[in-house]
Amino acid sequence: MKAAPFDHHAPETVAEAAALLAEFGDEAKVLAGGQSLLPLLSLRLTRFEHLVDVHRVVELHGITRTDDALRIGAATLQAEAEHDAVVAGAVPLLARALPHIGHFQIRNRGTVGGSLAHADPASELPTVALTLGATFEAASVRGTREIAADDFFTGTWSTALAEDEILVGTRFPVWAGRTGYGFAEVARRHGDFALAGVAAAVALDADDRITRVAVGMLGVGATPVRVGAAEAALVGTVPDGAALAEAARAGMAALDPADDLHATAAYRRRVGAHLMETALGAAIEEARRG
Amino acid sequence: MAEHHIRCTVNGQARRGIVESRTTLADFLREGLGLTGTHLACEHGVCGACTVTVDGRAIRSCLMLAVQAEGATVTTVEGLAGADGTLSPVQQAFMDAHGLQCGFCTPGFVMSVTAFLEANPDPTDAEIREGISGNLCRCTGYQGIVEAVRLAATRRRAAEVGA
Repeated sequence: MKAAPFDHHAPETVAEAAALLAEFGDEAKVLAGGQSLLPLLSLRLTRFEHLVDVHRVVELHGITRTDDALRIGAATLQAEAEHDAVVAGAVPLLARALPHIGHFQIRNRGTVGGSLAHADPASELPTVALTLGATFEAASVRGTREIAADDFFTGTWSTALAEDEILVGTRFPVWAGRTGYGFAEVARRHGDFALAGVAAAVALDADDRITRVAVGMLGVGATPVRVGAAEAALVGTVPDGAALAEAARAGMAALDPADDLHATAAYRRRVGAHLMETALGAAIEEARRG
Repeated sequence: MAEHHIRCTVNGQARRGIVESRTTLADFLREGLGLTGTHLACEHGVCGACTVTVDGRAIRSCLMLAVQAEGATVTTVEGLAGADGTLSPVQQAFMDAHGLQCGFCTPGFVMSVTAFLEANPDPTDAEIREGISGNLCRCTGYQGIVEAVRLAATRRRAAEVGA
């Protein structure tokens, strides 16, 4: 099927993009890589009068590293981030999660900011952003502001961004010391939306005690979720296999995944607990080697 | 209804056209330029039949607007063979290894595999299967396609050693 007619706008600066969004209000939508928006338009599941295409906005592209953060411009391609040595060194969890997004042809057009702003609850980048506590930079004609990841994801396909705001960039915290990361998901076929998935990060002290742990899940709610119960069970401990399994069980017990066409809630609970054990185990193993 | 004049390079030739905002690159290639080797099946990014390369990257041409290709360099399946009709190594391998039956999905596979082998000239079987996972084939059961990718990879590497 073909999309309903719309007008295509190609601003060259964030200010021009923001002005267009302010002018057209809810009749406009930001188009980045289009790998989620164009299917929705083609299937006529949604319709906008105006698309504000930001792929030529130079200031939205690029990856920069500071001591404690990695900043990725919103229109940076997923494929660029996936193969970037700075990303892999600063925020390994991103490098682990990116290959799970769609297929390489999708990542060649899809953008980091587009996936974050689209906020599909089964997608990888929102889960990494929430798990690590990223900071979102938004701009509009009213000015700029920052939004914490905890406040950013408000529901399925919805975020704290206002209609006239554009996501400019995202800052991911860089963890220091003996750290390790794990990412695991289950999908029916490679590249399909995941039925459930887990992102995990840990930091250990010299005695292998967990000083810091973050666990996030995708596919088990209307937004990506932090699994606070699993984190609380692990912090301050030197977990063995049984303790990890217990933390994962406690983590899943606090969540309420839904039944849908693709998997039952019971299946998501079971596979979710297993994935949590896998991702946490990999993260701890990596940190112990560091 | 907004219309746009666009210019791009397709298979080495400068091309221009007038498109609606909503016209996909796939429809522009097929209907505007008559390059019907790029096939359309699902038209929402699932099947991979419409894969082309834009500025060297394999993409789904149903998930890119024609207006977004302004100034870009596009290669379609028509651009792979030599001027004398000599098939590219990937095309020849698909033929030799029975990597196709009805042929509908083949242009997309050939474009994806061409880009995949550029990035990974010596893939494992697992990497091959992941590399073709973005393209659907309903005939072959994929065995012949995997074999074709292996064959193309081997021939490409041999050609580079010989060059």
